[in-house]
Amino acid sequence: MKTLTELNEIREKTLSEISLRTNRNYTGREKHILVCGGTGCTSSHSKEIIANLEAGIKANGLDNVRVIRTGCFGLCARGPIVVVRPEDTFYAMVKPEDVDEIIEKHLKNGEIVERLLCKDVDGTLVKSLDELNFYKKQHRIVLKNCGLIDPENIDEYLAFDGYKALEKVLTSMSQDEVIKEISDSGLRGRGGAGFPTGRKWQFAKASENEQKYVACNADEGDPGAFMDRSVLEGDPHTIVEAMAIAAYAIGANKGYVYVRAEYPIAVQRLQKAIDQAKEYGLLGENIMGTDFKFDLEIRLGAGAFVCGEETALMESVEGRRGEPRPRPPFPAVKGLFGKPTLLNNVETYANITQIILNGAAWFSSIGTEKSKGTKVFALGGNINNVGLVEVPMGITLREIVYDIGGGVPNGKEFKAAQTGGPSGGCLPAEHLDTPIDYESLSAIGSMMGSGGLIVMDDSTCMVNLARFFLDFTVDESCGKCPPCRIGTKRMLEILERLVNGNGKEGDIEKLESLAMNIKRSSLCGLGQTAPNPVLSTIKYYRDEYEAHIKEKRCPAGECKAMTKVVIDKEKCKGCSACSRKCPVNAISGEIKQPFEIDQDKCIKCGVCIATCPFKAISRV
Amino acid sequence: MMEKVNITIDGVKMEVPSTYTILDAAREAGIDIPTLCHLKEINEIGACRMCIVEVEGARGFATSCVMPVSEGMVVRTNTPAVRDARKVTLELLLSNHDRKCLTCTRSGNCELQALAEKLNITDIEFEGEMTGGELDELSPSIVRDPKKCILCKRCVAMCKKVQKVGAIDTINRGFKSRISTSCDKSLNDVPCSLCGQCITACPTGALREKDATKAVWRAIADPDTYVVVQTAPAVRAAIGEEFGMPIGTLCTGKMVAGLKKLGFDKVFDTNTGADLTIMEEGTELIHRIQNGGLLPMITSCSPGWVRFAENSYPELLGHLSTAKSPHQMFGAILKSYYAEKQGIDPKKMFVVSVMPCVAKKAESEREEMKVNGLRDVDAVLTTREAARMMKEAGINLAILDDEQFDDPMGEATGAAVIFGTTGGVMEAALRTVSEVLTGKELEKLEFEDVRGEVNGIKEATVKIGDLDVKVAIANGLASATAIMDMIEKGEAPYHFIEIMACPGGCVTGGGQPIHDAKTRATVDIHGLRKAALYEADKGLKLRKSHENPVIKQLYDEYLENPGSHKAHELLHTTYHKREYFND
Repeated sequence: MKTLTELNEIREKTLSEISLRTNRNYTGREKHILVCGGTGCTSSHSKEIIANLEAGIKANGLDNVRVIRTGCFGLCARGPIVVVRPEDTFYAMVKPEDVDEIIEKHLKNGEIVERLLCKDVDGTLVKSLDELNFYKKQHRIVLKNCGLIDPENIDEYLAFDGYKALEKVLTSMSQDEVIKEISDSGLRGRGGAGFPTGRKWQFAKASENEQKYVACNADEGDPGAFMDRSVLEGDPHTIVEAMAIAAYAIGANKGYVYVRAEYPIAVQRLQKAIDQAKEYGLLGENIMGTDFKFDLEIRLGAGAFVCGEETALMESVEGRRGEPRPRPPFPAVKGLFGKPTLLNNVETYANITQIILNGAAWFSSIGTEKSKGTKVFALGGNINNVGLVEVPMGITLREIVYDIGGGVPNGKEFKAAQTGGPSGGCLPAEHLDTPIDYESLSAIGSMMGSGGLIVMDDSTCMVNLARFFLDFTVDESCGKCPPCRIGTKRMLEILERLVNGNGKEGDIEKLESLAMNIKRSSLCGLGQTAPNPVLSTIKYYRDEYEAHIKEKRCPAGECKAMTKVVIDKEKCKGCSACSRKCPVNAISGEIKQPFEIDQDKCIKCGVCIATCPFKAISRV
Repeated sequence: MMEKVNITIDGVKMEVPSTYTILDAAREAGIDIPTLCHLKEINEIGACRMCIVEVEGARGFATSCVMPVSEGMVVRTNTPAVRDARKVTLELLLSNHDRKCLTCTRSGNCELQALAEKLNITDIEFEGEMTGGELDELSPSIVRDPKKCILCKRCVAMCKKVQKVGAIDTINRGFKSRISTSCDKSLNDVPCSLCGQCITACPTGALREKDATKAVWRAIADPDTYVVVQTAPAVRAAIGEEFGMPIGTLCTGKMVAGLKKLGFDKVFDTNTGADLTIMEEGTELIHRIQNGGLLPMITSCSPGWVRFAENSYPELLGHLSTAKSPHQMFGAILKSYYAEKQGIDPKKMFVVSVMPCVAKKAESEREEMKVNGLRDVDAVLTTREAARMMKEAGINLAILDDEQFDDPMGEATGAAVIFGTTGGVMEAALRTVSEVLTGKELEKLEFEDVRGEVNGIKEATVKIGDLDVKVAIANGLASATAIMDMIEKGEAPYHFIEIMACPGGCVTGGGQPIHDAKTRATVDIHGLRKAALYEADKGLKLRKSHENPVIKQLYDEYLENPGSHKAHELLHTTYHKREYFND
């Protein structure tokens, strides 16, 4: 238990130790090596890098150097990432065996290890993180501590104004004032639907009950999305603090964080944060000397997509099969264990402390008229800078894809971006200049979603893309209501027949009719949005669908069933290189005579195309 | 006073209690909204999407079975969008259903089939792969056919919420979702009590009894087999429903006539067995009370309850009366005393029981229910199966003239008739125990205090001589659990407890005629059938088991007295712990 004075002492002391990480003018001899400890970099051996660094530092007696395992820096494509501060040297794709060189050259002799420096997409060597185009248009509020502090050290969180928002709320704001601040900020739910957060808090406060709950949705389920995971891994205390603020505002004293068990690092760091907060008296009874009490507990989910739906999440927290329940009653009236409950997404919570500290006016000055603040996106697919970005609302898709994301690799063309994952839709090249906000995205048939942003190049078949997402929802539907359980399966069957070259006249219309009815009839948001990827690809790429049906042709050349690999007899010299590489022995012929492919055996893997020295083999 | 709200449904303005759902209000207005998953107060989960309606100002459709009414609400139940959506949803359900209606036991009494007709489904536009699943017919009582299941979860709610057994639930996710048991085992190998309430909750033929009609027809057709049928009390209060008679019509005479027409050699009344049960069980109770035996003693005539106790409370099985259930006792007597008397080879006798119950099927197959290697009862038909056999034989029970049970085993008392409803066994036992213990005739035979409520526990203290006999009556396995937990904690102050597995007792047993969800919501099926049995009791000359001359004669000529060695050999049984999750 720490008093407010003690907390301030910790803040000052710690800040004096770690301010060199943000102070470019620092002239002392201390150095901090920040190594990404997010899931991505950890799986590429950042743990070993840290161990090697620590061993090397010890062996060389470098008592001025500290190694810190941080959260995610965002540029996952170039991980594992190692940043040396105060000089801000940005080493990318570091291997454990590179550590010796970093110690010898950089730490002992002050020379930068050029070969490990990050290269920008255009090939220029980047010396400092600030120089990377990837970061130039980003605005970090939610991710402000990610890559900066040791997430497992509450003192470092405190140093950068940690728990000051809670202090402000508890010592100087009424419940209504807190809610008004959040309402005025214009913050909207980052889980996907974009419901005004302040209003949600207002509803939960208005529900009268002795027992209320706050809950945090960390069941991030969109394929390719990892915003929430990164926040929990890089800055878990911001969620603890924000939930305490929310609990104070609505009159709750107990909170649950529902997080999927397949996020072990996030779970472990969050638990550590909760334990530390309890130790410091920031959770528990009489928080900061007031009569406010609040306790927080983690509930692990088994990774069902549907458990991101609020009522299914609550069923799961209560220990039952994750299935949505009908609304009304809404969670604000009857949520967890039948009590009024406020449920927000991780990223929504991650904005709260900054709004309280900097004010609603500051927050609402960022973004567009109806979408305030920033949004974190997980950039994936055919894009150079795969990773995590935080951008102000209103930025265009073009800026994200090209300026931040570094464009499409391998000289291919941008074809579309999918936002909102399996619930969203695609944004074709014609909408590259659409500002990213809730309204603009839904106006063009997609949605903000929780923040997955998958870029596709021109070799992507949009029918197959729709099939991929439907395959996901057919598996992930909870099975409770027939439109979603059976309807999505029937849509998938039609899409499968399309990509297999068995499409029938009328299939597009059938898809549209099914889609409309599933959207309207399904019980929960999963079913109500599941047909979106199909509808939006039909909307923008109807010609591709028609080509699959009428011409049995896949314009993008992705659907194997509809392509044939053939040898051009004119070009073939009969060298037999292809037949020797073919894994299924589908190619035969006499030496120096044109070879032939047995179409019944061919699996269209394309090995022969790559092998042929005369470019005689191609897909048609 | 109840708060009222004004709403408009399809242009009809009405004032309804604010606790109503849109569906309640629509039904009151005579507007028919289709439902499938809804079972009032049991399964209100809004899953099937058939009852969707449009509510002015609301985003998307409203789920009328769970959506409460509110002031000024304007509802439209019949718009092109609503009709279209319901039709597509139903077609989707049908595309994942085997649609072998012609050979389904529920054909003609299937809510899915009725809905397909009602919604004018003439074609299934969306054919495709089916979820499927293996037919589970390993249990002696219940068959599960996942190919007919529409995942309405009414059975799950019945098992989990009403009975608090929880033997079944949804497994898998998405299109692969199915209703099954823990680890997808057979119902026979999990702690299912076989009460069969899931069957009566099922809107389709996905759950049904294990067929015994074929075996019974075979026995009847065999000239060398002497086929005897006995009928449980609750059957006569319900079998008429299968022939279009109003719910709760007492049709004892017509039932006897119908069974005779089927070709049974003799038609007897299980009530004779019930009177015998009272003698044995009553004597056991008196013995336990007088000799410091294990109390409370619990009835054992409900095989669903017995199996539940063997599954869940094996350490408390000593509380169960060792008396066999009435039809098993009667079967044992038929194959011994009666066979001897009539000069029939018991090996050539085939005893059939018509029961309101599916657990009786499993009971009759128990090893403990054999005497000298012969089964007491060879086949158990549910009320539904008996009706099916009559229909097959062209018999319309509704128009038959009354006939009498056969002599000499036909005589039974009113005490036995009321076995068919909750509290009945207790009342019958009290009539006998009281007179035997005090030696004085009762002034009033009705023990109204022990007549139970559906799904409840009732307690009473009955003065018998100097003794305050404390009794409890529980029906439904949720109530049974509550009682057993009390006993486990040593907090049950009773001498005698009656437990029936099915909510309401045998009249609403798992083998009784099935009514659709709307009828269940609007008609007191249990009340009507129960009333029929109490009427029958009142109309009988003999109303106390120990006064039954057949029983008196049986003890005089054969068994000597209740609880005798002979009686134990024929009429008593043992119980054993059932292992969970057998392989």
